[in-house]
Amino acid sequence: MAGHDKTKPFHPGASAVEQFGWLRAHRFLLLRRLCQAGVIGLFLLGPLAGIWIVKGNIASSLTLEFLPLTDPYILLQSIFARHWPEATGFIGAAIVLVFYLLVGGRAYCSWVCPINPVTDAAAWLRRRLRVTSKTSLHRNFRYWILGLTLVLGTATGMMMWEPVNPVTTVFRGLVFGMATATWLVLLAIFLFDTFLARRGWCGHLCPVGAFYSLPGLVSPVRVSAVQRDRCDNCMDCYAVCPEPQVISPALKPKGSNDKGPMIVSPNCTNCGRCIDVCSKDVFAFRIRHPGHSPSHHQQPATTTEVSS
Amino acid sequence: MSETDRTYGPAALAGASEGTGGVSRRRFLTGIAGTACSVALLGMGLTLYSRSASTTAPNAIRPPGALDEDGFLASCVRCGLCVRDCPYDTLKLAQLGEAVAASGTPYFIAREIPCEMCDPIYCVLACPTGALDPALTDIDEARMGLAVVVDQETCLAFQGMRCEVCFHVCPVKGDAITLEQRHDRRTGVTSSFVPVVHSDACTGCGKCEHACITEEAAIKVMPTHLAKGHLGEHYRFGWIEQQRAGGEMLAPYDKEHEFHLPEGVRYEWFGEGLIIDDPGVPAEPPPADPIDTLNEGLEGLDGGTR
Repeated sequence: MAGHDKTKPFHPGASAVEQFGWLRAHRFLLLRRLCQAGVIGLFLLGPLAGIWIVKGNIASSLTLEFLPLTDPYILLQSIFARHWPEATGFIGAAIVLVFYLLVGGRAYCSWVCPINPVTDAAAWLRRRLRVTSKTSLHRNFRYWILGLTLVLGTATGMMMWEPVNPVTTVFRGLVFGMATATWLVLLAIFLFDTFLARRGWCGHLCPVGAFYSLPGLVSPVRVSAVQRDRCDNCMDCYAVCPEPQVISPALKPKGSNDKGPMIVSPNCTNCGRCIDVCSKDVFAFRIRHPGHSPSHHQQPATTTEVSS
Repeated sequence: MSETDRTYGPAALAGASEGTGGVSRRRFLTGIAGTACSVALLGMGLTLYSRSASTTAPNAIRPPGALDEDGFLASCVRCGLCVRDCPYDTLKLAQLGEAVAASGTPYFIAREIPCEMCDPIYCVLACPTGALDPALTDIDEARMGLAVVVDQETCLAFQGMRCEVCFHVCPVKGDAITLEQRHDRRTGVTSSFVPVVHSDACTGCGKCEHACITEEAAIKVMPTHLAKGHLGEHYRFGWIEQQRAGGEMLAPYDKEHEFHLPEGVRYEWFGEGLIIDDPGVPAEPPPADPIDTLNEGLEGLDGGTR
């Protein structure tokens, strides 16, 4: 195994930078930061510059006085809390759901969510400080929390995640004004991810991500280890991946378990960071053809290149 | 498969989706128990927190059309679209940690900026979920809260002064706030005109509280459940029931009530009320010129007569 020198700071992606240059080895990272900043920027144009393209916040918004968008998880919380929302809410949630059904559910996490830069920063610092604390949290714990927020909603008649949801609280804070408590929540998540659990928040606890992973079960846009035979086991993709358990079945399948090079786990966030850091150009975005059995994936005709 | 054992090494390469054949029974059971306990604890924590963080301050008023507080916390997605469409910057979103209302939900403080009662009701139209009930189309029907004259000791009108500012700024003037003429017992001769709020017309917009000229408002708008009393289902007002029954009392008068009344005075049940049988000296009609009444008994004094 071509592991890294444990005595030196670990820089995943260094060889990709060497190979392709800094910009190409960070293209999806940069695009994601641009996208995240762009989403917040669109919401801030109104209050800061008086240009009202988008109103509201990430929970529910109105674009150009015409297009309603609503977070389907929040709407679901509302329904479970025994409130039947108005049509506008349903239409908005349906549009959002269809969008993430196409681009990969957890693309929300890596391209839109305001917590992502914070947990990415924590993961970076954790690598630099070589923190190796292990968590006893299971990656499926977030699905328990997801279920809990919905069931408790019915029991109490209140939305149960929104009072504490850091995703919407932080986004709302950015658009409507940050409270001290909101900064503290961000700091808590940062410290938790840095010192207590690797990718602890997004990878184990957050029910928003758990919810958005569900449309990812069928969404066509996927990362695929198309050139996995070129992998030299440098482990850079595992190091940067927020959900490293999704890589192995595609990249290093064990014998009969080979279901092809496409990463099919709904918890892949489509962040594209593995594509960035791979100096062997193993990964690429591909389209998963609907109705196609994953066991037939090996024929090149079943995938369509959307990115190299 | 447990996350704790996964590293970047060969264990990771082994794959994530293989069966649990390698996991011992003990680890499987402790895993299940641990998850169940964590979920239960988390559920308790979430419930306690949401309950404690969902109380609204007495001066925090919900926008027009807001469902009752329970319904509101089930339906408001905290998007702030009502805030954005409020033309007067009345509405604000509660911030995390602010002990005014549930985090992210809209409210206003009437003393700072009251509701201007727009027509059409922009905030209600903006709400995507129905947390602000779209059935509310006439702003006069809104019941955001209820104004209460909370301090008669500082309300200028109660001191006999002609203030009446709350009455004049009231958007449903004459219905929600009326002025009631009262004898001013301090001066003994003048009247005071005190504001009286009527809950059947008050929308809770808070313009009265905003306009109250005292340092701390003597009239305040509060959430209706704090401001409004409730008689109790068993309680009936006899005279209202009498009206409803077409003038008949529900129970017959089978017994004359005994009162400790002065001699020659009796009480008549069927509408007459107090009857003084023999007034003795017949009352004289008052003199035409009121000055004569004032000067009564002063006739003999110097300058007392003209």
